[in-house]
Amino acid sequence: MNRENLNIAFVFIGLVVLQIVILNNINFLGYINPFFYIVFIFYYPVKKLDAAFLLVSFLLGLTIDFFSNSGGVNAAATLFVAYIRIPVIKSILGKTELEFNNFSFRKLKFNKTLLVITTLTFIHHFIIFGLEYFKLNNIQLILTKTFLTSIFTIILILISFILFTNKNAS
Amino acid sequence: MQQLISFIFKNKHFLIFLLLELFAVFFTIQNNSYHRSKFVNSANFITGGIYKRINNFKEYIRLKDENIRLAEENVYLKNLLDKEKIIDSINEKLLIGTVNTNQKYFYISSKIINNEYNRSNNYITINSGENKGIASDMGVINSKGIIGITKSVSNKYSTVLSVLNINSKINIKLLKSNYFGSLSWNAKDYQTVQFLDLPVQANIKIGDTVITGGRSTIFPEGIPVGTIKDFNVVNNNYEFININLFNDMSALGYVEIIKNFDKEQIKNLEEKSTNE
Repeated sequence: MNRENLNIAFVFIGLVVLQIVILNNINFLGYINPFFYIVFIFYYPVKKLDAAFLLVSFLLGLTIDFFSNSGGVNAAATLFVAYIRIPVIKSILGKTELEFNNFSFRKLKFNKTLLVITTLTFIHHFIIFGLEYFKLNNIQLILTKTFLTSIFTIILILISFILFTNKNAS
Repeated sequence: MQQLISFIFKNKHFLIFLLLELFAVFFTIQNNSYHRSKFVNSANFITGGIYKRINNFKEYIRLKDENIRLAEENVYLKNLLDKEKIIDSINEKLLIGTVNTNQKYFYISSKIINNEYNRSNNYITINSGENKGIASDMGVINSKGIIGITKSVSNKYSTVLSVLNINSKINIKLLKSNYFGSLSWNAKDYQTVQFLDLPVQANIKIGDTVITGGRSTIFPEGIPVGTIKDFNVVNNNYEFININLFNDMSALGYVEIIKNFDKEQIKNLEEKSTNE
């Protein structure tokens, strides 16, 4: 296991612990809990899509599901954003090919980074609440929750980017 | 054959994605079905153990409230004992669980180690399982009222389908009259649940008390649920009835699980009747 993989393993465990111990109990305005753990999708090195990334993302979601008794909701959403990560980045940058070797969010303009984060976070949250309220058929509630929770998550992700951006220079 | 192999090789990632996504959706659907979710739940050894640790810290902060609640319950139970003058036979009644007594329900004390109330499908994890005699489909209450029904059970932990779950349905009735209905939740507010299928003849008023109906084998009759908060009548039917829960679902500590000794007898009997 090289250093990069070790870092990823630490981040994985750290995010799970943070999510289940603190973030799942915030209950801002009564029901808003950010799904900050998806910062993993942005932390994981951007390179050609590999099976390991899909598998690890799925496991991350499933671990959260185990703790919150939500079936496979988080696993489905996290896997989906992991799969569409590179297409989304490509289309936002307007490029057909990415230079994977030295790609880093820090080299992008802030508004592009924000757009990538916002898009993926919204999709992720929409899948989560959509699957959770599947039976209720209550699109308004799903959209409200998606919107409010996404704002909270995005703010946390941005803060973490600012705090850890120097350390993660890789 | 060669084409198939090259197809799989080219679309390897898409196929992995599809396969895992199918797994996730399968878990989700399985979790939404009323019967226990076999795979993904927090009743297992690892998650249960971690929640127990976390709860040890949290519990320390809540000790005072919990003591007050226990003291209140003590007073209530003492009053009950005086009223019914059964103090003499109390020792006898404590020796329970044997086939010879007439006792119908047995209460198992347990502690909540993880409590959810802000999602649409809320589950509670408690720190007792098969080792204390808990099985799925048992009622969970505390001194203030109803909490939920056990779902997945492992050796040491169990999950409870909270009343705050859109899949939850419990038979309830009014205290003042014998009109029945069912309890459900619309996932909007964790202090309010809904009373469904109540006939308009029940003629309810705001503030009326709602209790469990006793028409299922899960809850005995008369467990407090809450009071009627507001309702609306449309076309001689109740459009909605909101109930204020007695329990504050965001601050739960110790609970009791209800074991029904007659459950199997009743179930067998019902199965027999439907088969005939």
